[in-house]
Order: sequence, then structure tokens, then C-alpha cells
Amino acid sequence: MTIKRFPTYLREMQEQIEGYAKDYGLDFFPILYEVLDYKTMNEVAAYGGFPTRYPHWRFGMDYEQLSKSYEWGLSKIYEMVINTNPAYAYLLEGNSLTDQKIVMAHVCAHVDFFKNNYFFSKTDRKMIDGMANHASRVRRHMERHGQDVVEDFIDTCLSIENLIDPMSPYITRTRAPRSPGALEADEAQDNSGRLRAKGYMDSFINPPEYLEAQKKKREDEAKKAKRRFPEQPARDVMRFLIEHAPLEPWQRDCLEIVRDEAYYFAPQAMTKIMNEGWASYWHSKILTQKALTAAEVIDYADANAGVLATAPGRLNPYKLGVELLRNIEDRWNRGQFGKEWDECDSMDLKRNWDRRTGLGMKRLFEVRKLYNDITFIDEFFTLEFCIDQKFYAFGFQERSGNWEIMSRDFKKVKDQLLKQLTNRGQPVIVVEDGNFENRSELLLRHVHEGTDLDGGQTRDTLRNVSKLWTRPVSLLTRIDNKGKLLRCEDGTLSERNAEYPP
Amino acid sequence: MSQKIDLDHGRFRQIIRGKIKQNLRKYISQGEMIGRKGKDTVSIPLPSVDIPRFKHGDKQQGGVGQGQGDVGDSLGQEQDGDQPGKQASDRPGDHLLDIEISIQELAEIMGEELALPRIQPKGTEKIVAFKDKYSGIRTTGPESLRHFRRTYRQAMRRQIAMGTYDPKNPVIVPIREDKRYRSWRTVPLPQSNAVIIYMIDVSGSMGDEQKEIVRIESFWLDTWLRSQYHGIESRYIIHDAMAKEVDRDTFFKTRESGGTMISSAYKLCAKMIADEYPSETWNIYPFHFSDGDNWSVDDTHTCVELLKKDILPFVNLFAYGQVESPYGSGQFIKDLTEHFDDDERVVTSEIKGKDAIMDSIKEFLGKGK
Repeated sequence: MTIKRFPTYLREMQEQIEGYAKDYGLDFFPILYEVLDYKTMNEVAAYGGFPTRYPHWRFGMDYEQLSKSYEWGLSKIYEMVINTNPAYAYLLEGNSLTDQKIVMAHVCAHVDFFKNNYFFSKTDRKMIDGMANHASRVRRHMERHGQDVVEDFIDTCLSIENLIDPMSPYITRTRAPRSPGALEADEAQDNSGRLRAKGYMDSFINPPEYLEAQKKKREDEAKKAKRRFPEQPARDVMRFLIEHAPLEPWQRDCLEIVRDEAYYFAPQAMTKIMNEGWASYWHSKILTQKALTAAEVIDYADANAGVLATAPGRLNPYKLGVELLRNIEDRWNRGQFGKEWDECDSMDLKRNWDRRTGLGMKRLFEVRKLYNDITFIDEFFTLEFCIDQKFYAFGFQERSGNWEIMSRDFKKVKDQLLKQLTNRGQPVIVVEDGNFENRSELLLRHVHEGTDLDGGQTRDTLRNVSKLWTRPVSLLTRIDNKGKLLRCEDGTLSERNAEYPP
Repeated sequence: MSQKIDLDHGRFRQIIRGKIKQNLRKYISQGEMIGRKGKDTVSIPLPSVDIPRFKHGDKQQGGVGQGQGDVGDSLGQEQDGDQPGKQASDRPGDHLLDIEISIQELAEIMGEELALPRIQPKGTEKIVAFKDKYSGIRTTGPESLRHFRRTYRQAMRRQIAMGTYDPKNPVIVPIREDKRYRSWRTVPLPQSNAVIIYMIDVSGSMGDEQKEIVRIESFWLDTWLRSQYHGIESRYIIHDAMAKEVDRDTFFKTRESGGTMISSAYKLCAKMIADEYPSETWNIYPFHFSDGDNWSVDDTHTCVELLKKDILPFVNLFAYGQVESPYGSGQFIKDLTEHFDDDERVVTSEIKGKDAIMDSIKEFLGKGK
């Protein structure tokens, strides 16, 4: 990568745009722009926006696809920005000045979002260094153990990179075990299931046999709980494997690297709609209200329309995000919220509802701070919005072999939308038992929420998990409404019926 | 300009090569790959090499869209993107990836798969073909290649970082992790001249299918030999009862009718060698394809004489490929075997059909001459 000096006219443009953005109240990390030619742009994009990643063929694959798609004129990367402090953003060399203006405004809002949205608050803002460190660690392993071996192993790790617990940085899943002292105190206070009784009734209400039975029951329970491993089903399968799979130190290190990066990128997937909506909202506001000259209006409108275009059977997060944010702004400006609004049944009244509360902008900034895509849609995707924006749910029609519009019913649309955002659209897989059937086999369970797993991929992935665990691995899931237990032993797969849910 | 991505991209291409190797026969016998003018790359569909993950199946999942349309309206089958249009099924590897690859590279893959030996160049000027170049630094290597300065620089850097470096008493002790070694790469420098003379029988008995087979086979032979020699020359001769030299395009397209005098082609070939390609400096490869039906026993006799006197002494290899044809007698290959069975320079191969092309190529080139 050659470092080109950032041209003066772009620097001036940056100062101007950032000035406007700050006036509107956006609050962002310092932004460093780099102008890249399309080849370098594709390279950086293949590396997820980072200048250095560990060596792996899939970056090469992404690069080839990006380059081809660019050469054939199918797609072009206008802009890229990464979540670091200072934030790095890339501009494509040869873009028109209008385009660069849009990109800069867009980037300001992205960086504002990175800085202020709660779900980015736990990410490493020095991830450029983080990624470079990962790269040198992997390189070192490759030099010691051979490139093929390490790369193969990383393939295996990447195969489960979606099996993390994206909410875990923000909540406590498992309470710290109570101290043994407290437990004993409990014991002393209430010895073994004694029912409360007055002294003279005690020998009748709590006869010795009963107490004995109670004590045994509790011991059994305690034993059972102890035997359960993990005690609670573990959402973070990667972490479970890091902690418990019999791995070589370098293997464990690779798995940790892949997991770290998965957690770093997770918030982006959790806030795609909001983040892109927020950026689109601000680029259009800044440009149309401040930054555009008369000569640029048509070019701007063209580019903006491209960003917000919708196609049948595809959800454009930019479009959904920006429209919903504008809807929120409008509602809070006109006081369309609160108990009175919620309870109003008259469409006519609602349509002309205007309390001149003027809280729109304030509300927008709150939303960008506290919400992620799921809570955002759940709270603000209303019936009126759904109708107004012509949303529909689609599905695969077996009869015709086509994808068809299934429904325009508000509830169905919203359910579908929430479903596909849940867990970033990934299936939830948990570690159910690390000592399955007392043979140190691993039992995973698919938490079935209405959608079966993709069969072929599931089998290949299961093979990879069993490579990590080195002992047979089973997966409990449901296929066509029947419980199935898939088992992989030494690379061979078997399948049998099983109880689901267990 | 070299980019970091080049390494990863190279790895990806390597994986692709492996995939292609597995399905090579299928690609090789596809005729449409060749004969495209001005295009030296082909696009072939490959089973996806992407990493498997636990994912939702497509069909039950559905999605949300925005825009016009009534309930029941089709969203079409032919769309890109993750959902509509992708025919989902649970067979692995049914997502196809279109890969562009140069024909040159494909020929190399073929060479690897068939275990074709690298051809030994002949000629008096056997210039050194390989050269080692020291081009980089690694963290592993033999002690004899240790890079003294880099090693100590690294050690110093580490000691400064650890706070154990004292400028007043600058003692630097490298540990294993500090050691740096020179690394090298081997650069091949091939240098030799080669000419291929293709001869094809275009008499009435060679049908379209036979022509197709010859076309595909000679295409791959040509490509493989090109990958072995720089600046290779090709000459094309067609013959029925008469022989004439033509350009590449005509060679593959002509269909004539009439009798067959193989000797006419051999005469022309011998003349070509004598006039233009002195055997001391040229590697010469005549290839002849026919359905094995010659006009007369006398002519066959002439052919054998020509081969013995005017062709074989000068060439690296004389290859004869006989395509099975419903009309031909297939006699010629027997005559050749009878006369040249113990001659290493003559290779014959019977090509039964498209599927046999790979084996035939192997027979021709397997000796590495």
C-alpha cells in the first residue's frame, strides 16, 4: 500500500463536513481518511477494513470476488470505515467530489454511532493493533508448525465462529457460585427439608423416615447438579472448547484469535440496520441542508437513490433504518407517543395528531445510544409504518418452486423481521453436555425456533467440531418436526431419532 | 505493485487448483472451452470451497421485503443474494462458484494430475535451468544462514521492550525467538527451442466426432508443451490424398473428403524439418492423428521408410494417435507397431472416445521426451 498524501481539497472538505456534523450534535472520534485505488480498496475490504490480518485463503477468495465484481461493473465500494479510535476511513480514488462529500458525511455518522452506541462500548478501539498482533501470532505458529496445518486448523475454527454469545459482554449469564460458608450456614439453619412445625407436633410432621428421605433426595440432587457439565447449557461454544477441548497451545491460541475477532465484529451485525440508517439519515441531512451546491444536487440525488433502492425479496437495511429513524423523529416531534397515543383507536385522530412537542432530535440521539436492531424494530416498527412503507413477508412456495409474497399482515411481517434479526440471524447452538453418556463425548443442542438447520452444512460443521473435541460429537436438533440426534465419530456421521426437546 | 493480499489470493488459487484436479476429466473433455479466439482464460463452475457453518435452511426461513406486489406474487427464481433464487438443498457443495482460470494454468494442473514428467530439453546449450535467490528473512532456518545483524537488532528490540537493556552496559543476548535467517527462492530459467508439427487426416472417413476428439486432444497437447517451452512454434498440416500446410484455425475447422495418402503428410513434414528446424538446436514433436485408414499397402510402406530415414533421426518424439471411426479399418496403427515396436521415439495411442483423451495424452507425454 502506498501512502499518498491526503489532498488539500479533500482535507478542506473534511473540515467543512465535520463542522456541520458537530453543529448538529454528532460526537465522533477523530477520523483519518485514506484515498485508495480500487485494487487496494478491494484488498482492504477483503480484510474487513484492516490493513493487516492473519494469513488465510478466504481473504484471497473475497478479494477475487470483489475484484471481479468491480471489473464487471457490478459493484463498487464507495466507502469503508472501521470501529477504532481514531477511526480509519477509506475513500475510493477517482470518485466524484459529490460522492466523496456524501461518503464523508456518512462516515461521520458511522463513527458517531461507533463511539456512542452502547453495543460498541465493549469493543477494542485499538483493534488495528489487535488484528496485527493476531497476524503475527498466527504467522509464528505457521513457521513453527507449517502453513497447511495451521491454515487447516483455522478453517476448522472459522467453521464455528458464529457459535458465540453476542450478548455476554453486556449481561451476566452465570452468577458467581455462592461461597461454601454461606451454603453451610443454610444447611445448619434448615436441616434437610424439615417442615415448619410447633415443637410438640414436630415428631408427627417431620418423622425420622421422612427426614431421611428428604436428605437423600437433596443429596441426589446435589450430586446430579455436580455431574452436569457444564452446569448451565453454554451459549458460547467457542469458549467452552477453548477451556475444555484437549488442544495444543498453538491450537488454543488460534481458536482464541478467531473468537476475539468474532466478538469484535458481532456488534456490527447486531446494529446493521440502525448503523446504516443513522449514517444515511445524516448524510442526507448534512448534504441537503448544508453542504450541497446547486450543481451537485442531481448527482447527489442519483447516488442517494442508489443507496436506498429496494429490490423484490431483499431487505435494504439503509432504507429500513433511515425511514424508521425519520418516522421516530416525526412522531416525537408531534407527540405521537405515550399512553394517550397508544390507546387511541381512531386512525383519523392519529393521522392529524400534533402536540408540537418537538422532541424528535432528542429522541433520535437516545435511540442511537441505547438500542440495537432487535429492540429498535421491536419498539418502533409500528402498524402505520409497516403499511406506509409497503412491507411484506415472503417465503418459499413449494408448490410453484418460487419465492412469493406470503403476507402483508403487520404481525407476520414484524415477527418475520424479528426472527431474522434474532442472534444476528444465526441459529442458537448450546453445549448441553460435555460428558455425554459418560463417555466424554460432546452433546450440542440446537435451540429450535421454527427453522431447521441447513443439512449439508450442518454435517460438515459437526465434523469440524469433532475435530476440535477429538471425541465423538452429537447434535440434537429437529428436522421436519422430528427430533434427531446427529452424531459424528471419526469423521463418519450417523443419525437417529431422539426426543426433542429433551 | 505487490500487495499483501497476493499471498492469500495465491493460497486461494492453490485450493482451487486442488478442486479442479479432482474433476479434471470432466473439464478436459469439454470442447467448448477451446477455440475461443482472443481469450486465454476460461470460467469453470466449481463446488464451493467456503467454510461450513451451522446455518438456517433457506426454505423455511423466508424474509421481509419492501415494495409493490400482492400476496402470492412471485419474486422470481433468478436472483442473486442470499435468499430468493438460490436453489437450496441439503446436498453439500451444491453452491457453485465460478472460477476464472487461464488455460495455461489448467494445462499445468493437467500435467500435475497426469504426473507428466517435465520435458528434458535437448540441444547443446543446456544452460543452468535453476537459480537460487536470497530474497527474504524468516524466523526459522539453518544456523548457517543466520542473519547476524537482524538477529541482534531483534534481540535489542526485545530487551528494550522488556526493560533489560542498559545503554551504559550494552550487552545483547539473543534468545531463540530473536533469531532471523535468510530465506531463498528458486527461480527456474528454462531456455530451449521447440516446434510441434500437427498432422491431421481430413479424409471423408473422419467424421465430426473424430475431429472433435482430435481437436480437444491436440489443444491440450499444445497447451502443455507451451507451458514447458518458451516461444514454442506450431505448424499445422492437413492431408487427404494431398497434404498442405494451413493455419491453426483452418486446421481445426476443415472438413474435406476424399482418399487418404498418409505419406503425403509425412513428406511435407520431413521437408519442413530438413528446411527449417535443424535438430541440433530444436526440439521437434510431430503429432499425427488419423482414423488409421490408409489408401494402400504401398503407401503405408512409403510412410515407414519416410519415418525411418527422414523423420525419426531428428525428432524428440513421433506421436501417432488413432481415433476410432466407424468407417476406418484402423490398420495403420498395427503397421506402425509392427515396424517401430522397439523404437522409443515412436508413441502410438488409440483414442476410443472423449473419455479416453486424458489417457491418450498420458501415453504421448508420459515419457518426458
